[in-house]
Amino acid sequence: MRQDIKLTFLNGLKVGVPIGLGYFAVSFSLGIMARNAGITPVEGFITSVLALASAGEYAGFSMILYQATFVETLLVAVITNARYMLMTTALSQRFAEDASICRRISVAFFTTDEIFGANVSRPGRLVPEYTYGMAAVAAPLWGLGTSLGIIAGNGLPVRVVSALSVALYGMFIAIIVPPCKKNRTVLIAVTVSFLLSYLCSPGSVISGLIPAITSISSGTRIIVLTMLISAVCAIVRPVEEDVE
Amino acid sequence: MNKHTYLIIMISVIILIRILPVTLIRRRIDNKFIQSFLYYVPYVTLAVMTFPAIMEATSSPVAGAVALVLGIIAAWFGLGLFPVSIICCVTVFVLEFILM
Repeated sequence: MRQDIKLTFLNGLKVGVPIGLGYFAVSFSLGIMARNAGITPVEGFITSVLALASAGEYAGFSMILYQATFVETLLVAVITNARYMLMTTALSQRFAEDASICRRISVAFFTTDEIFGANVSRPGRLVPEYTYGMAAVAAPLWGLGTSLGIIAGNGLPVRVVSALSVALYGMFIAIIVPPCKKNRTVLIAVTVSFLLSYLCSPGSVISGLIPAITSISSGTRIIVLTMLISAVCAIVRPVEEDVE
Repeated sequence: MNKHTYLIIMISVIILIRILPVTLIRRRIDNKFIQSFLYYVPYVTLAVMTFPAIMEATSSPVAGAVALVLGIIAAWFGLGLFPVSIICCVTVFVLEFILM
């Protein structure tokens, strides 16, 4: 049993590498933004390691730039990060019955889009050590990238940043495709998600027709579409007992 | 407000949002609809986050789109998280080298 847990931790470390590389690229550009908001490298590192959020931190730093009010800052933080609430709600159902509150909280704390995705792609009950392994690699790189972005500004070649920034999306693809092969409803749900997400984005062909929809923030778009599409699927195709 | 106040608000909100559900929901949810809803949430949310964002992350949208297609094919044939990620990165790097 102990051996199993150790192995799971090591697996977590391994999966943490591509996550961390992607983070490094994204947080580097986040650092450039933080620098404009007057954040020091140390503040940037601490903030990033505690917040572990891309869009959320980006929005937070913009609030400093815009000298936003307390209420505005609070609202924007809630909106840009609300999807994590959906994710940790989903995870709450996957813990072992006897998982302690500390383990539940520590997994939730490290629930980024990618760590959530990797957890979901593992069948069975959540093993917190998997999350710890991923976070041990990914969280420091996220913080480090932010600091270096603040220090170095535009130093790293654009081509390298551009290539690294798709590492995270590559992971998402590897997570969502296998269940599409097994479950037809998931395949349809994913296809519809791609389509609606595109149609509702600012770059879509219909953005001129419905600016009210395409101009909403990407955080809000993610939440609204996720809830809508998942709810429709749940009504049309309820899952049978205990799908893991 | 000074910058530290902003940072503290942001960090507190993010941490609370993450940990509230796991502290409040400690049991299995029996409701069939909620169970099904939560089953679909991960795949839908990751799909919504991937597209069209992958095309906006790269300098050339075409490179992002090709990376998406090649990534889907690689994952379809059973490659894992790490190899699929690398394939996407290399695709973008090579294509942007050629295109730009």
